[in-house]
Amino acid sequence: MNRAMKNIFAVILLSTTAAIAQPASQPRMHYEIRVPGGTQLPVSGNVNGTLIKHARVYTVGAAGTLPDGDVLIRNGKIEQVGQNLPVTPETKVIDAKGKPVTPGLMASWTQLGILEIDLVSEGNDTTPNTAFEGAAFDVADAVNPSSSLIPVARIRGVTRSLTTPGDCGDVFCGTSAVIDLGNGPDLIDKRQAGVLAVLEPVGGTGQKNSRPDLWTKFRETLDDAREYWAQRGGYHRPGGSRDQRSNRVDLDALGPVIQGREPLLVHVERASTIRQVVQYAQGNKIKLIILGGAEAWRVAGDLAAAHVPVVIDNNKNLPANFAELGSTLKNAARLDAAGVSVIFMPQFGAASHYARTITQIAGNAVANGMNWEHALAAITKNPAQALGIDGYGTLEPGKDGDVVIWDGDPLDVTSAPTAVFIKGVQMPRTSRQTELRDRYRDLGKHAPSLGYR
Amino acid sequence: MEWNKGGLPAWGAVAIVGVTLALAWWLIPGMHASSKADVAFADIIPKDAFPSTYKPRPSKTTLIRGATVLTGTDKEIVGGDVLMQDGKIKEVGQNIPAPQGAVVVDGKGKFVTPGVIDIHSHLGVYPSPANEAMSDGNEATKPVTAEVRAENSVWPQDSGFTRALAGGVTTLQILPGSANLIGGRSVVLKNVWSRTTQEMKFPGAPYDLKMACGENPKRVYGEKGGPQTLMGDVAGYRAAFAKAAAYRQTWLKAGKDAAKTQDRDLGLETLALVLEKKIPVQMHCYRADQMATMIDVAKEYGFRIAAFHHAAEAYKIPDLLKKNDICAVMWADWWGFKMEAYDGIPENIAMVDHAGACATIHSDDELGIQRLNQEVAKAMAAGRRMGYQISRAHAVAWMTRNPAKALGILDKTGTLESGKMADVVLWNRDPFSVYAQAEKVYIDGALLYDRDNPAISPRSDFELGQEDNGHTGGAGQ
Repeated sequence: MNRAMKNIFAVILLSTTAAIAQPASQPRMHYEIRVPGGTQLPVSGNVNGTLIKHARVYTVGAAGTLPDGDVLIRNGKIEQVGQNLPVTPETKVIDAKGKPVTPGLMASWTQLGILEIDLVSEGNDTTPNTAFEGAAFDVADAVNPSSSLIPVARIRGVTRSLTTPGDCGDVFCGTSAVIDLGNGPDLIDKRQAGVLAVLEPVGGTGQKNSRPDLWTKFRETLDDAREYWAQRGGYHRPGGSRDQRSNRVDLDALGPVIQGREPLLVHVERASTIRQVVQYAQGNKIKLIILGGAEAWRVAGDLAAAHVPVVIDNNKNLPANFAELGSTLKNAARLDAAGVSVIFMPQFGAASHYARTITQIAGNAVANGMNWEHALAAITKNPAQALGIDGYGTLEPGKDGDVVIWDGDPLDVTSAPTAVFIKGVQMPRTSRQTELRDRYRDLGKHAPSLGYR
Repeated sequence: MEWNKGGLPAWGAVAIVGVTLALAWWLIPGMHASSKADVAFADIIPKDAFPSTYKPRPSKTTLIRGATVLTGTDKEIVGGDVLMQDGKIKEVGQNIPAPQGAVVVDGKGKFVTPGVIDIHSHLGVYPSPANEAMSDGNEATKPVTAEVRAENSVWPQDSGFTRALAGGVTTLQILPGSANLIGGRSVVLKNVWSRTTQEMKFPGAPYDLKMACGENPKRVYGEKGGPQTLMGDVAGYRAAFAKAAAYRQTWLKAGKDAAKTQDRDLGLETLALVLEKKIPVQMHCYRADQMATMIDVAKEYGFRIAAFHHAAEAYKIPDLLKKNDICAVMWADWWGFKMEAYDGIPENIAMVDHAGACATIHSDDELGIQRLNQEVAKAMAAGRRMGYQISRAHAVAWMTRNPAKALGILDKTGTLESGKMADVVLWNRDPFSVYAQAEKVYIDGALLYDRDNPAISPRSDFELGQEDNGHTGGAGQ
């Protein structure tokens, strides 16, 4: 079969799968889902739903924690949460035997879906390679539902990601998206979920810009965007718009940000820079989310007053550079105590492959003084609220069926999920990693030989 | 002897060892040569330039009483006591009477382990702050730099040392980076606040040589004259050792006054010591096939690989590692940041251990080093989920006994056995929980970190007087 034929075949296969996996108005009993290795597994559909009984249910919502609660998932949604929910004959029942149940977790500030391997250029769509675009660089153009990172993260309870561009060495690095980690084919829950800007000369390599350089470009670009959006139709007319340095596509992409509809995600670490950004955002009616925030605790009052959420890796406690001298394991606890909405990212610098580390980061924040329930909210409800994802983030009727059953304390390092649902569909418990494990786990076995397992 | 548990009679073992040695004598050029010259290369070179000036810090006789003690020798003692005296572990057991004047620490509900050992760290050579002025880990000027030593780059004022101490780390190996095929000598340090690196040097610990497989040397030198390929990597190691073997011969021929008559080449001197097995190799390799290749290269020249570091694919060849007595130094769950790490899996450590090979955790990271107990916990849990029975008493060896073995210091530290250095951690609960914290850390019996006492929490010079950085203080930051 030549390449062209293969491509045609793939397109046909894909469109068929797409049709099957569409959320149908008439729910199906069974449908096929893709699992790594190419096998097709029938997974029970959601027509009659799944009832999880006798769980310790952490709703992260108004109902708080139910020590012996039930969760009914049907038609992709959470239908009911309560005690002693009635069992109907058609409903699949899972007895959780007192184990914890939480909403699916959200990994924020990752490159899940747009990154396969950092150091392999064809497997890395995280940063603009040209000087052409800034804010217009849109991760939604690159999200790959077949990425091997997705099953690795979801079997550990991660069901959503705020997928952003990587730090790009410039001020505006592109537009983010919120994705789910389900079976696709379309993982994007929300496009234009915030534009990433970097206002601290930290990280990355090569020549660093100084802060005034970054701020000048930051303000100029946003001024241009406002001017452009005020008279958009006139842009191409001679004299209709001033000769702006920014591209039309970038100015387009900044529309939702200057209109205050979608957040500006700003990577800053130093307390004084954080304060500067908060003031700018307030003065210009921009919805702001701080990323990084190593010294955020030092300006916790300003952040709380301005209702600005902060995305942090709370394990960062070293003076890694002069912008992060105040790094401490107490960052999360102090921000939380001041009333700031804390959001945990997975391990800084490797948040995509290690998306599963968000539970460990939350757990360590608890060990360092943060309230346990608040730490759980920091990987579920808080990011959902910050990004305006109304259908996800708590276990409450009407929310998407992102539900995880755990074999122990979800924030402890020895725990793992026993079942993961995304939008009501129970996910396979396999990944490329489990297949490698299973191939090599018994080297003494004679047949089939290794390469045939 | 650990390896003789299977019931092989002692005389049988002696016979086997004898035959093996005789064969080795005949087969390995290095051993031949030293016999002919009747003197070892190690004996005719100038003595070490940077001797350790480490002195144990002042300690009090201390008895930790009634804790759960994980000894590092696969034993868990519930209601156990650990007695430290004169910097050594005096006794481990139950109901140990407190010597007169001893400090008695109530261990009820708490856990005791040997001091944590990180066999792969770049603290001091890639310190915090991590700016260009402080980037001293890779002498990336040519692919073979056997002449350099990590100890000459270590900055003792790296705040990372203090944070690692708060995570229970009492001993660490500082390695040069992995840009080079042969990166230079590592140094083993005790994690004590010091003005000089020599004051931290673990007394009596052998040097090791850092070498690197795979992508990194290719990436760094591919456009700078090579190596550009894996075959170029391997040709580079072989050429270096061939040259070192010749150098060694020249010195041996010159005899015991060689140092007076011969030109000294610091790189070849280090490699010649590697050929005499005085300096084992710590080998950065990810892929199974690359590790197998390096085992052959080591056999060709007669050097010893103590451990493969990172070893993302060690689970594919645990039999080979066991047979060649090489430890695998692994992460709990790192993977995918580069192509050769794509097959890393969370069960790696457990699978290597299950096959009877030596499994060790490592951090290679200034944050990860603070939580090696959690990394071991993740690896243990991954193993249990695939059906292995792994006790915490066994898993603790992945961060204590096994790294000590791979560093050649197991006779001095790495387990709680009487006579060893009193490198001890008291945890506030089961160390394999995310909520566990090291409460007290002893090095050679001296209490050097106490979570409950800010006065016993070291702080680097760099952090003094920095605005708003004094709230929690030093190690416990």
